[in-house]
Amino acid sequence: MAPPKNQPVGGQAPIVQRIRVRYAKRGPLRFTSHRDFARAFERALRRAAVPIAFSQGFSPHPKISYASAAPTGVGSEAEYLEIGLQAEIDPAQLVIALDAALSPGLDILDAVIAGPGSLADRIDASQWLIELPGIDPADAAAAVTAFLALDEVLVERMTKQGRRSFDARQAVTHIAVTDQSAVPSEADGAPCAIIDLVVRQVTPAVRPDDVLSGLRVAAGLEPPVPPRVTRLAQGTLTAQGDIVDPLDADREPALPG
Amino acid sequence: MSVASVFPQLEQLLPRVSKPIQYVGGELGAVVKDWDATTVRWALMYPDAYEVGLPNQGVQILYEVLNEQEDVLAERTYAVWPDLEALMKENGVPQFTVDAHRPVKAFDVLGLSFATELGYTNMLSALDLAQIPLTSADRDETHPIVLAGGHASFNPEPIADFIDAAVLGDGEEAVLEITGIIREWKAEGCPGGRDELLLRLARTESIYVPRFYDVDYLADGRIQRVVPNRPDVPFRVAKRTTMDLDAWPYPKKPLVPLAETVHERYAVEIFRGCTRGCRFCQAGMITRPVRERSITTVGQMIKEGLEYSGFSEVGLLSLSSADHSEIGDMCSGLAEQYEGTNVSLSLPSTRVDAFNIDLAQELSKNGRRTGLTFAPEGGSERIRKVINKMVTEDDLLRTVVTAYSNGWRQVKLYFMCGLPTETDEDVLQIGRMAHEVIKAGRIAAGTKDIRCTVSIGGFVPKPHTPFQWAAMERPEVIDARLQLLKQEINSDRSLGRAIGYRYHDGEPSLIEGLLSRGDRRVGAVIRRVWEKGGRFDGWSEHFSYARWVEACAETLPQFGVDLDWFTTREREQAEVLPWDHLDSGLDKDWLWQDWQDSLTEYEQPDCRWTPCFDCGVCPSMDTEIQIGPTGKKLLPLTPVNSLRVPV
Repeated sequence: MAPPKNQPVGGQAPIVQRIRVRYAKRGPLRFTSHRDFARAFERALRRAAVPIAFSQGFSPHPKISYASAAPTGVGSEAEYLEIGLQAEIDPAQLVIALDAALSPGLDILDAVIAGPGSLADRIDASQWLIELPGIDPADAAAAVTAFLALDEVLVERMTKQGRRSFDARQAVTHIAVTDQSAVPSEADGAPCAIIDLVVRQVTPAVRPDDVLSGLRVAAGLEPPVPPRVTRLAQGTLTAQGDIVDPLDADREPALPG
Repeated sequence: MSVASVFPQLEQLLPRVSKPIQYVGGELGAVVKDWDATTVRWALMYPDAYEVGLPNQGVQILYEVLNEQEDVLAERTYAVWPDLEALMKENGVPQFTVDAHRPVKAFDVLGLSFATELGYTNMLSALDLAQIPLTSADRDETHPIVLAGGHASFNPEPIADFIDAAVLGDGEEAVLEITGIIREWKAEGCPGGRDELLLRLARTESIYVPRFYDVDYLADGRIQRVVPNRPDVPFRVAKRTTMDLDAWPYPKKPLVPLAETVHERYAVEIFRGCTRGCRFCQAGMITRPVRERSITTVGQMIKEGLEYSGFSEVGLLSLSSADHSEIGDMCSGLAEQYEGTNVSLSLPSTRVDAFNIDLAQELSKNGRRTGLTFAPEGGSERIRKVINKMVTEDDLLRTVVTAYSNGWRQVKLYFMCGLPTETDEDVLQIGRMAHEVIKAGRIAAGTKDIRCTVSIGGFVPKPHTPFQWAAMERPEVIDARLQLLKQEINSDRSLGRAIGYRYHDGEPSLIEGLLSRGDRRVGAVIRRVWEKGGRFDGWSEHFSYARWVEACAETLPQFGVDLDWFTTREREQAEVLPWDHLDSGLDKDWLWQDWQDSLTEYEQPDCRWTPCFDCGVCPSMDTEIQIGPTGKKLLPLTPVNSLRVPV
């Protein structure tokens, strides 16, 4: 049988296993963009000799899909991706092999064999930690109170479609200044307010910097130095306000049917 | 005394600049050592943006060679973009290394690799940010030795005031020897200060220390003589040649960046040097003789390099890769080894013959087909004789026909404009040749759906080449010729539509010409351009011709010379050239004869396959041609069937 037109002879091996991975972007490597991470991850797959599956065609691509990535410059303890493999492997071994193949700061935290359903369907909110060096916790708390008192806080951001104005208030389900805030920052002993934030996934996306813009709009809060933001979790938001790790569902024994 | 990282201060600035990842380091292969546990410390700089500088082979090799020494620390630094430069100045953050973010000023040596002269202004920015005085004369024991290397260091005279020393030629052994001299001098308690250290370097006779040489000028502006001003430094400084490349299989642990860079591949140099004798090619002249790396070393380096780095692309690099004596076995062996692995192999294919296509066929067995580029360099038969590019029009047509009939739909042709003796007619021939290529290609491919791209670079006469005496053409003449060529290509609509046309304006080439063949007086121009904001001159969006012309007009008249004097003026045989005291091994009489031969369109064959033509390099440098074949073959690789888990 002749191969279809414009397709190379042979073809790629089929996918026999899917694995979901949780990883972190830490310290200086929080400045890796999503594209940077994707390139590094593909190389790590090769370094670790992971039997990754490839797409068909003249320029085959490794089968990797990413859940919504944290913005460049924002650290994260909870990034997720899924890979398709052409041979079965042990997820625990994969964590060790991939983590060793990536630069320290890009850290593989967890891996599970994918069950039914998609990763994206299990993610509808994120929890963020925002450190504001040079801001007094009391000032931050006042700004948060002002922000919460409003039904709508319009902020602006440059998007691919140009300058857009949207509401940063409705997507916020929780925002509070934490009691760790009194601890002076390691840099210079100045005050540092720390904000705990939970934001639902909406369109257009409301990111931590949009909420910070919202605090400026609502209460004139202006950080003297760039804030440091870390994503602590993403997943399904429960009625109690908790975020469920999207890998948990895959860890439970599959139900018949 | 330990040196603190500047990262905490830098970190505050990074959210405010574009592509911050380039300043963060953290590459695979990066080495961070304990400062206090080392005695000699090098900061290696490629004076361009990180995305261009990181893949540089020279820097990666020296970085690895130096860090393999236990008591030596080498870190890297790159040019920062103007957005970060402004913030660093505003906040007092000094030029830093990306490895451990240490201030460059704290190192013993700042080694700069100049692949092109257009990096000179970036050197001044880095020195300024590093808080190192711009001129050598103003530095003391607390400052690093500013050391230039790379091809541009074969005439470092335009930057003679800014650097402390320069190394000509291969760096592998030179950096170790320099390290040894510094180690000893420091162990003795730094006797005689900076001057004594520079003197010890100069006494090796292969490290050039500009301050130990005086330049005298004639009334008409030409150089009268360049002589040592100390009794114990040599009249001429010789280049370095690393022999036996199999003994130097670097990079073993290539740097793998997180940021996107211009080349994302494992590059292995399959040989160094070239004796094809293209008269415009400085690289071919100054890197003689040819020294091959054997097929088995190349195979081993690729295997280990890929395992280490995770790259999926391999480049087999050299000045003319198809000329390697074992290239056929190398390409077929590698294609077999990596079949079915999604690793793509590429060969820069500039040789204009069918053999090149066989090799490309072999390498593309694995799937991805790389583009084919041929470099006839000159449009007319006549001009190709002038530049000694021994390719006939028939050769070229036969080659591209083979490419099109083997399934390639696109070829690239590379030419130069502004060559010595060039007329409009020579350049118009490029258009006619492209038409013939498309006509013949359409017949061979059996379809109208083929393309060729004509790419034109500006010729720049370089030191240590037969064209070092040649006059440059004026930019407006070049630009007019390029326009005529455009009309010629489009004179036939049907053919013209299948031809892509890319070219550079004449102005940047003229400035490159000034910097290439300039003398110490050009240093004033570079400094003035930098003071006026000149940065990243290799980037068209940052380069300003007007700024260079203005700076020339402000600084050169005091010496009785001008921009034209350095660029569009032909030199005579008797003129002392600014680099005559720097020895590339090429016999100046031979170079002059080759220049005269070029004017009579006499062709000079390659000494690898015909008798020695006495260019002078081997006897004066005590080197010899090192080529195979070794007769060995690449063995099949054992497939990896399990995860590579560290123990």
